[in-house]
Amino acid sequence: MNPKFGVVVFPGSNCDHDAYYALKHELGYEVEFLWHKEPSLKGCNVIILPGGFSYGDYIRCGAVAKLSPIMAEVIKFANEGGIVIGICNGFQILCESGLLPGVLIKNKSLKFICEDVHLLVTGKSEVFANDASGSVVKIPIAHGEGNYFIEPDKIEELEKNGQILFRYCTPTGEISPESNPNGSINNIAGLTNRAGNVLGMMPHPERACSKTIGNDSGKFVFSSIANFIKSKEVEHVF
Amino acid sequence: MFKAKVIIKRRKSILDPQGKAAEQGAKLLGFLNIDQVRINKEVEFFVNLSSKEEALKEVTEFSGKLLANPIMEDFEIQLEETDES
Repeated sequence: MNPKFGVVVFPGSNCDHDAYYALKHELGYEVEFLWHKEPSLKGCNVIILPGGFSYGDYIRCGAVAKLSPIMAEVIKFANEGGIVIGICNGFQILCESGLLPGVLIKNKSLKFICEDVHLLVTGKSEVFANDASGSVVKIPIAHGEGNYFIEPDKIEELEKNGQILFRYCTPTGEISPESNPNGSINNIAGLTNRAGNVLGMMPHPERACSKTIGNDSGKFVFSSIANFIKSKEVEHVF
Repeated sequence: MFKAKVIIKRRKSILDPQGKAAEQGAKLLGFLNIDQVRINKEVEFFVNLSSKEEALKEVTEFSGKLLANPIMEDFEIQLEETDES
C-alpha cells in the first residue's frame, strides 16, 4: 500500500509546513494537514506530530497538546500499531501522552540551541531507519527543552531493548559529553517505543530534505517509513 | 468552597537547570552561603465543592493529570475552606 502522511496542526505548531513541504515537494508523497480539533485521522497511515510550541508550551511542553481531541485518535492508532513520529515538540507531546517513556527537560545550558548536530544511528529500525544503522547523519536541532531524562533503571531497559535509535555524536561518530548539545542522558536524540512503531526525536529531519537549501540527509527517515509501508499489505502494520 | 494551593517540586534526582542558574547568580552577587537552589511551582485555584474529601480527590487527579508530570515531579496539596471568590 502507499503511504499517506498526516501532519497534525496544533495551535502553536510551526514546523507543520516544513514537514508538509518536505514530504510533498521534496519526497513526492501524499500528505495532508490534520487540525487538532478534528477527531479523525482521515485515512492517513503515518502520523507526524511536528515541532513548535503547542499551546505556547505553558504548564510543560506538550502537556496541553496531549489533551487535544485528535490525540485520543493518535494514541489509539499508535496502540494498534500505526506509525507515529514526533519531532521536537512532537517528541515532547509523545512523552507527555505516555506513548514514549521519559521526559524532556530544559537544556543543561539553559540556552535555546539552533544548530546542525551529528547523529549516530545506533538502533535498528525497519520502519524509521532501514539500512541506516551505524551511519552518521547531520541534521539540525532547534530547541530549549530537549534534555531527555528517564530514571536510571528505566534507561537500562531502553538500552537492553535497543530502543535508542539516534544519539548525538561527533562528525566521526564518537559519542562523547562534548557532542551532547543539551545534556540528554546517554546522548539520546531519538528513541522508539518497545513495539518500534512510534519514534520521538529532537532533531528536525524535515528541515534536512532539500539539496537546494544545503542538506538532504534527513530524507532517509521519511523514505524508510514509506518503503516500509509500501512493503506491507495491511493498514496497520504491526 | 475551598482554596487550593498545589506545590510542584522536581525530584531531587533530576537536574534543575533554573535552580542551578539562580545558585550561580547568588555566588556572583556574593551570597556564598546560598546552596542547592531548587525552583518549584505553586498553583492556586478555587474548588467549588463542599466536601473536603471530594475536593482533595479532584485536586489530586487534576494535579496528576496536568499540573505535574509524575515522571519527574512530586506535588503537595493544601486546601483551605473559604467563602472568598
